[in-house]
Amino acid sequence: MKPIAPKPSPRRFHQARWDEPIIFELSQPGQRGVLLPPVEAGIRQQVGNPAQALPEALRRVVPPALPEMSQIHVLRHYARLSQENLGVDLNIDIGQGTCTMKYSPKVNDQLARTPKLTELHPLQDEATVQGILEIMYRMEQIFREISGLERVTFQPSAGSAAIFANICMLRAYHESRGQGRQRDQVVTTIFSHPSNAAAAKVAGYEVITLYPDEDGYVQPEALQAVVSERTAGLIITNPEDTGIFNPRIAEMVEIVHRAGGLCIYDQANANGLLGITRAREAGFDACQFNLHKTFSTPHGCGGPGGAACCVNEKLAPFLPVPTVEFDGQKYFLDFNRPQSIGKVRPFYGVAQSILRAYAWIMSLGADGLREASEVAVLNNNYLLKKVLEIRGVSAPYARGKRRIEQVRYSWEQLTRETGVTSEEIEIRVTDFGMHYWTSHHPFVVPEPMTLEPTESYSKADMDEYVAVLRQIAEEAYTNPQIVKTAPHNSTIHRIQHEPLDRPDEWAVTWRAYLRKTGRA
Amino acid sequence: MQQKKIVHPYIPNSVPEVKAAMLREVGAQSIEEFYADIPPALRLQGRLNLPEPLLSEAELIRHVDGLLNKNRSTREMLSFLGAGCYQHQVPAVCDEINSRGEFLTAYAGDPYEDHGRFQALFEYESMMGELLNMDVVNVPTYDGFQATATALRMACRITGRTLVLLPLNMSADKFSKVEAYLRPDIAIRRLPFEPQSGRLDLSALQAALDERVAAVYFENPTYLGLLETQADQISTLAHAAGALAVVGVNPISLGVIRPPVEYGGDIVCGDIQPLGIHMYYGGGHGGFIATNDDPKFVMEFPSRLFGIAPTAVEGEYGFGDVAYERTSFALREKGKEWVGTAAALWGITAGVYLALMGPQGMVEIGEGLMQRCRYLMQKLAAIPGLRLPFYETPHFTEFVVNFDATGKTAAQVNQALLANDIFGGKDLSGEFPALGQSLLMCVSEVHTQADLDRLAETLQEVLK
Repeated sequence: MKPIAPKPSPRRFHQARWDEPIIFELSQPGQRGVLLPPVEAGIRQQVGNPAQALPEALRRVVPPALPEMSQIHVLRHYARLSQENLGVDLNIDIGQGTCTMKYSPKVNDQLARTPKLTELHPLQDEATVQGILEIMYRMEQIFREISGLERVTFQPSAGSAAIFANICMLRAYHESRGQGRQRDQVVTTIFSHPSNAAAAKVAGYEVITLYPDEDGYVQPEALQAVVSERTAGLIITNPEDTGIFNPRIAEMVEIVHRAGGLCIYDQANANGLLGITRAREAGFDACQFNLHKTFSTPHGCGGPGGAACCVNEKLAPFLPVPTVEFDGQKYFLDFNRPQSIGKVRPFYGVAQSILRAYAWIMSLGADGLREASEVAVLNNNYLLKKVLEIRGVSAPYARGKRRIEQVRYSWEQLTRETGVTSEEIEIRVTDFGMHYWTSHHPFVVPEPMTLEPTESYSKADMDEYVAVLRQIAEEAYTNPQIVKTAPHNSTIHRIQHEPLDRPDEWAVTWRAYLRKTGRA
Repeated sequence: MQQKKIVHPYIPNSVPEVKAAMLREVGAQSIEEFYADIPPALRLQGRLNLPEPLLSEAELIRHVDGLLNKNRSTREMLSFLGAGCYQHQVPAVCDEINSRGEFLTAYAGDPYEDHGRFQALFEYESMMGELLNMDVVNVPTYDGFQATATALRMACRITGRTLVLLPLNMSADKFSKVEAYLRPDIAIRRLPFEPQSGRLDLSALQAALDERVAAVYFENPTYLGLLETQADQISTLAHAAGALAVVGVNPISLGVIRPPVEYGGDIVCGDIQPLGIHMYYGGGHGGFIATNDDPKFVMEFPSRLFGIAPTAVEGEYGFGDVAYERTSFALREKGKEWVGTAAALWGITAGVYLALMGPQGMVEIGEGLMQRCRYLMQKLAAIPGLRLPFYETPHFTEFVVNFDATGKTAAQVNQALLANDIFGGKDLSGEFPALGQSLLMCVSEVHTQADLDRLAETLQEVLK
C-alpha cells in the first residue's frame, strides 16, 4: 500500500445530513414508546375511572395528537438530530465569544447522574439531604473567596436571572432606606450584556447606557455626568465584551458610592480573572457569575445553566430565601430572613450545575483556577495576533494593547473591499465544522465577530480555526460567491427567513405550519 | 501548597514549553503583560484560599460520592412529596438523548450548524402545542414561576391594563416570585377560595373585576391538588370585564383534563419538569408559555420562538427565530423583558417524553394518577381523626389532608413517617394557616397499591 496522503488544512468537513422528517411525519398509529405500570385491580375496583367521571367541561374528549412511535424510532430520530448539532464536544468552539465555551468534564456529568441527586425531592427532610446541602454550603465558602464578598446564593437559574436577582436586592436595599422611589435609574454600558439593561428595566428602572471613548474605555467622567441622587446603581461587565479591562473601574465605583448608589459587577466575562482580581478589590457591592460559563457546567443548548450571586454585608439581608447554613453539626435551610427579596426560582437553584461546578473547582484548586485564567488570556492574545494577520480584519479600540479573555473583531475593511459581510462569513464558517458569533445588537463594532478561546483549546486548535478564517477571507477577495451562497457542507442550505417575520406565514408549531400552508 | 507544575488534563496549553512558544509568538515576556490594564491596587494579593485540589478522577469521585452518599433519595424511601416538583418515571431514552454531548455541550449556535437543536425545540413546541391545543409555545423559560410572571406581564402589555388578580390557593413561593417581578408597575389583588370545595370564589372574582383588570390567573389543577371545575365560568367572567384568563396547568394532566384554551384560557403557562425530567433536588424545572397564533399575543413573548421555514433546496426544513425583533437580544431594555440561558435542554427532553408517551401514554398516565390519588384519598379519609378538606371536589394527583383532630402537628406526622422510611407530604401549616395542621400529599405512577396501603397503615399506626 502507498502511504495515504496527509490531511489537508482546513479539513474536508461535511456535517451529518439525515434529511430527517418532522417527528409527526414518523407517526405510525398504534405504536408505543413506553408502557406504564398498570393500575392494580384493587384500585380500579375501588375508585373506577375518575378521569372518565369528570364533568364534561373539564374532561378531554380527544386525546392530544402526539406522534405514535416505537421506542427505537424516537431514539433514532433524536440521535440523528443530535448529530446535526455541534457542541463543545465536537467543534473547536472558540467562536461563541462571551459564552465561554470551555470543556465540561465528563466525570462531572457522571457525578451529577447519581440517583442520590437526580431522585432527591427538594422538600425532603433536611436530615436526608445533608450531602447536597454540604456541597451548597461549601460552594458558598468557595465563592466568597473567589469574589471576596460576604454571602452567596446559587438560587438564580442562570446569568440573566442572577442579574435580575442582584437588581432586586439593590431595589430592596434602597426601599429599606426610604429611597426606593427617588433612586429610579440604573447605569450600564453598551458592551455589557443586554440583560443588564433589560433586567433593570423590568425591575422598574430607567436605564442609562454609557458608550466607550474612541479607545474603547468607558471613562469615569462620562459616568459622573449621569450620576445623581436618582442613581440606584451601576451594573457593568468588566472586561466588557471587547475583552478590554477598564483600569478606572474603582473610580467609577467610587463615583456611584458617593452619590449613594450601589455597584454590581457582572462577572460573565470573568474567565481570565480567577485569582487575579475580584469584585471586592474594585469595591463592588455585588457580583454574579455564570456556572455554565466560567465554571464549566454544560450549556445544554441554552440551559439549564447555573449562577452565583455574591453580595456584601449591605445586601446580604436581602438575599433570596432560603440560605444554606451550618450549625456546627448539621446543614440546614434558613427561611427566617425578614428582609429577603423572597424567591427568584422554585426551591434552591440548579443543584446539578452547582454540583458540577463544585467538582470542577475541586479538580483544579486555587492554582488550577489561576492556571485556567492565565492560559485563557494567553490563548486569547495568541489568537488576536494570528487573526490580525488575516486580510480585512481588525480589532477596534485599544490598538496595540493586550486583551483579557476575548476580542470583538471587525470585518469592516473586508466588507468594504469585497461586499462580503460578517453574517455571511458566519454561515460559511459552518462549512468547516465550526461556528462563530457576531455580536449582540446593536452592532456598535461594524461587521463584528467575537472570539473567546478559553483555556480548553490547544495552539493547534486555534491555528486550525485561524486557517479557516484565513481561507474564507481569501475567498471573499477572490471568489465571494462561494461565501455568499454558503452553507455548502451543512445539514441544510440557505434558509429563507422572510416567513419568520410575517404573521400570516410564521409557524411556531407543526400544527400552525399545516394550517397556514393549507395542509391541515 | 502544590509546588510541582501540573499539566492539567483540562488545560492543553498548560504544557510549559507550549506556553513559552506562544509567549514568544506574541512578543510577550510573561502572562503578566496581558494584565497590564489591571491596576496593582485591584490585584488579588497572594492566592485564593481554596481547598486543596483532587487532581485525579478517582480522588474526585471518592470525595463527591462521599458527600452525595449522605443523601437518601426517593429511590430508597417511599415519597408522597409534590408541591411543584414531581416524582415520575423518567424514560431511559430521555436521559440518553439529553446526555448526548452534541446537545448537552452546545449553546447558542446558528440554525445551520445547530440544525438539530432548532428542529428538536421546534418539535417540542409543536408537541406541547398538541397537548395544549394552541399554536404558539415558547422555547422554555426558567421554570413555571417565571412562566407565570411573564404570562401576567404579557397580559398587561396586551390589554394595556396594570392590575392582575391572583388566587389565594397558589403556592406562596410562586406568589413571592411573581410579586417581585410585577411590583414596579403592576398591582396585584388576591382572590379567596371556597373553604368547602377549594375552588376559586366566583362571587369574590365578580366583585373584583373591573376595567382595570388585565388578567385573572388561576390554576387547574390548583396548587392544593383539586380541579377547578368552574374554569369556564372564571374565563367567561374575566372576558366580560375585558381581562384575559391566564391559566397555570400541570402539563402531565392534559391527556385527561381539557386544555385551558377550550375553557377560555388566553395565555397558558406552567412547568415541564413532570415531562421526563428528574427532580434534581429542584434543579429540573423549565417553564412554558402558550397562546393562540395572534400577532398581538406573539409579539409580547420575551422568549425565543423557533419557527419553520423553507431553504434554498426544495423539501428541506429550515428553522429560525420568529419575530426576533421583540427580544432583548435585539433591543436591550426596549425589548420584551429579557431572554437568556434558561432551560432548552429540558425542552428537548420534554419533547422526547411526549413522543415516547404518545396520545395513549398521556391518557393512561392521567387516568392512573387520578385513580391512585382517589384511592389514597379514600384510604386516608377512612382513618379516624384525618380530614380531607376538599374531598368532594375532583382531584388530579395531589390532595390536602388535615391532622387537627389527631392532636399531632403536620411536622410531627412527617417525622413519624420518616422514621418508617416514608416522606409524608409538604407541611402547609406555615403557608396556609387557615388549613390548620395539614399536609399536601402527592401520588405517582411509580406507586403500587401496596405503597399506598403502606402509607395508610403506617399513618394509622403512628397516629394511635
